[in-house]
Amino acid sequence: MIQYLKVRPLGPELEGWRVKIEKIAKACGLDFFETIFEVVSYDRMNEIAAFGGFPTRYPHWRFGMSYERLAKSYAYGLSKIYELVINTDPCYAYLLEGNETVDQKLVMAHVYGHCDFFKNNFYFGRTNRKMLDTMANHATRVRRYQDLYGYTQVEEFIDVCLSLENLIDIHAPYIKRQPDRSTERRKEDLPDELIGDLDTVPRLEAKEYMDEFVNPQNFLEKQRQKQKDEIEKQKRYPEEPQRDVLLFLMENAPLTRWQRNVLGIVRDEAYYFAPQAMTKIMNEGWASFWHTHIMTTKGVLEGGEVIDYADRHSGTTVMHRGSINPYKIGLELFRHIQERWDRGQFGKAYEDCDDMAARANWNTHAGKGIEKVFEVRRHHNDLTFLDEFLTPEFCAEQKLFTFEHNPKANEWQIASRQFAEVKQKLLFQLTNMGQPIIEVEDANHRNRAELLLRHRHEGVDLDANYAHATLRNLFRIWKRPCHIATRRGEKSVIVSFDGEKIAERNFDEAA
Amino acid sequence: MSRIKQDHSRFRQIVRGKIRGNLKQYISQGELIGKQGKDKVSIPLPQIELPRFKFNAQDGGGVGQGEGQEGDSLGDGDQQPGQGEAGEGEGEKALEVDVTLDELAQILGEELQLPRIEPRGQKEVVTERDRYTGIRPVGPNSLRHFKRTFREALKRTIAIGEYNPKNPVVLPIKEDMRYRSWTTVKSPQSNAVVIYMMDVSGSMGDEQKEIVRIESFWINAWLKSQYEGIQTRYIIHDATAREVDEHTFFHTRESGGTMISSAYKLANRIIEDDYPAADWNIYPFHFSDGDNWSVDDTRTCIRLLKEGLVPVANQFSYGQVESPYGSGQFIKDLREHFEVGSEDCNVVCSEIKDKDAIVKSIKEFLGAGR
Repeated sequence: MIQYLKVRPLGPELEGWRVKIEKIAKACGLDFFETIFEVVSYDRMNEIAAFGGFPTRYPHWRFGMSYERLAKSYAYGLSKIYELVINTDPCYAYLLEGNETVDQKLVMAHVYGHCDFFKNNFYFGRTNRKMLDTMANHATRVRRYQDLYGYTQVEEFIDVCLSLENLIDIHAPYIKRQPDRSTERRKEDLPDELIGDLDTVPRLEAKEYMDEFVNPQNFLEKQRQKQKDEIEKQKRYPEEPQRDVLLFLMENAPLTRWQRNVLGIVRDEAYYFAPQAMTKIMNEGWASFWHTHIMTTKGVLEGGEVIDYADRHSGTTVMHRGSINPYKIGLELFRHIQERWDRGQFGKAYEDCDDMAARANWNTHAGKGIEKVFEVRRHHNDLTFLDEFLTPEFCAEQKLFTFEHNPKANEWQIASRQFAEVKQKLLFQLTNMGQPIIEVEDANHRNRAELLLRHRHEGVDLDANYAHATLRNLFRIWKRPCHIATRRGEKSVIVSFDGEKIAERNFDEAA
Repeated sequence: MSRIKQDHSRFRQIVRGKIRGNLKQYISQGELIGKQGKDKVSIPLPQIELPRFKFNAQDGGGVGQGEGQEGDSLGDGDQQPGQGEAGEGEGEKALEVDVTLDELAQILGEELQLPRIEPRGQKEVVTERDRYTGIRPVGPNSLRHFKRTFREALKRTIAIGEYNPKNPVVLPIKEDMRYRSWTTVKSPQSNAVVIYMMDVSGSMGDEQKEIVRIESFWINAWLKSQYEGIQTRYIIHDATAREVDEHTFFHTRESGGTMISSAYKLANRIIEDDYPAADWNIYPFHFSDGDNWSVDDTRTCIRLLKEGLVPVANQFSYGQVESPYGSGQFIKDLREHFEVGSEDCNVVCSEIKDKDAIVKSIKEFLGAGR
């Protein structure tokens, strides 16, 4: 991490502003890890951005690909990166060399918003705050493997892992899906011949003369069935469908040590970045909420800078028709919440009121706005944020709509402006970070050690070509035929790759 | 080499197909869109997308923001609206910019890896220009620099204590006089002329002309970036040839039969009259579908090329567009008579099947750097 220790300090003017803005941010109630700013050249900025915010990553062409995109966009003046901040303790943030002071001030105010979010939002609670070191270690490890086993071989394996990178369980850090197998002692370790014997079925405690009433025959039957199912389940592996496909593969696939390690690296990094994807709208919204507040109400902005500031700010919150701008939606929704809670537009009385005029003019002077937004930034992610706070009024005000593909015209068209539909589609887009939910269902499919994944179909099919290619990659890890159960239109299908060719067959879901 | 440069060169090698052939199927030719005036310009940006389980885009749709009625279009169906968003935690701002023709040529040069053209033999043709760059204490009165002269005088007056603010009279004496001075800049001049010849006989359809138009636009853009003040001449021919302006060149309707020699004769005459080979870099380009009228005429063509055009030209370029009617014989004849492709032969032939082949063909024409 030598590169990092050599952070060049800010010049006196910027440092002066930094101290001032930091003080204001703290006075506003923002709470963040120490934040270290560094001014970097555009080339270095592009490099760091290509590495996902880190000074170094393991060698891989995909970082070169992002770099080319960023460098070309910058060289031809199509776009540039104003700021970059990473979720670590201390936080590191980068300012672009040669930007005007007003830009740098705006970015600093924005960055303190992000840093507060990183530190306090629930979903970042389990992220590795020493990721700088971890990333550097990953890089060293991969380089060593490349020296030992060949550059191309390791790179190819990384490609395979990246192709499965999205098969993680984004909620895994926060909940326990299954009991820890190693610590739990099985109570029902019965000899096989006793399975289902009525005498071994667990009974409810009862005095002897009450037994036939407390434990009637049909109850015992049920218990026995349950026990049998339980034992059937244990024969299945995994017992419960497992969302963390990568972990499952690490534990069960026939991999060499370095391969398992590389897979683990890819998985660790996927988990590290997941909360950022889960809170994109909130995070950008929160940072924008605070940069506007700090810049315009705390005397940071000077008279001559107003126009430039307004230009930059409107540039980041501009609406694009084909997508929602997380800066815009997040910012407006936080403001909307603040206003509602300031005016007391919440609770049963408000919810039950169906007089539109009364709702619009509702004002109890509750003044709880600021308190509420801080609470929201602590507990929510994008999905719950929009589920909870998206209102019909907000939807109309922000001109939200859904769009769909019209195959006849081969174009994308605005489909609806109805609140219910907009909300449904929006929530769908945010569920599982917009990735299909895929689980390991059976590692011994057809009793031949074949791997069966299941796509929990929620209305949208998988892209067939991509699915085929991904199965091929999965095969390279599992080394036995791989299958995925999904749906194609109305039909349930299993798509398989047996090492030579892709096959697709219908199957009956009930069987 | 910095780490990102390593990753980047690795990526470039993969894109060029030098290594990791198994990734080839995932490479797509993406683009960035810039603008030149009203026109959109696409900057190529290859992408490799690793496969993963993902939703079928056209099933999904999404949520957008802005004006518009239900049923309004958001753009055509191949590209999902709003794709290509910023990645992990950076704030990116998109701008629309104008790209100048010069920059376009540069982009073209970089993408096709065109060599810079070494102007041929004309290094001794030198133009001299005087540029006023400095100040000196002697010179003709016509080059007096009043301001500097009076400043010197003022300095001197103050220094010897004669300056009176109430009566600020300053009189320059001889030592105060300052004159502009010049240096002579010698710049090697290179003149270039491009002569476009196009076959407009009956077999050249609209599509073939479109190909010629696009290709000559790009060739022009490149040559313009290499020579200052480049000249262009346009010749169209069927059984007879005539010189036309640019507009006519690209818009003439097809007619008649084909006598390629007529165009070469005219080109020879233009060069003789206006562009002495000693002072000019000459680039004749000829586009045709290769269906010449007669074997006799082809023989005449070869003779004209050997005696006239080829020796004086930096490079003679022949582009043959594929047409449903043409026999495509002419390119074969050229290859027979010239050692096309060898180091010393300045005849370049290129077959242009369709629009997609234009890029390759430009590279064939300009790749030699002659």
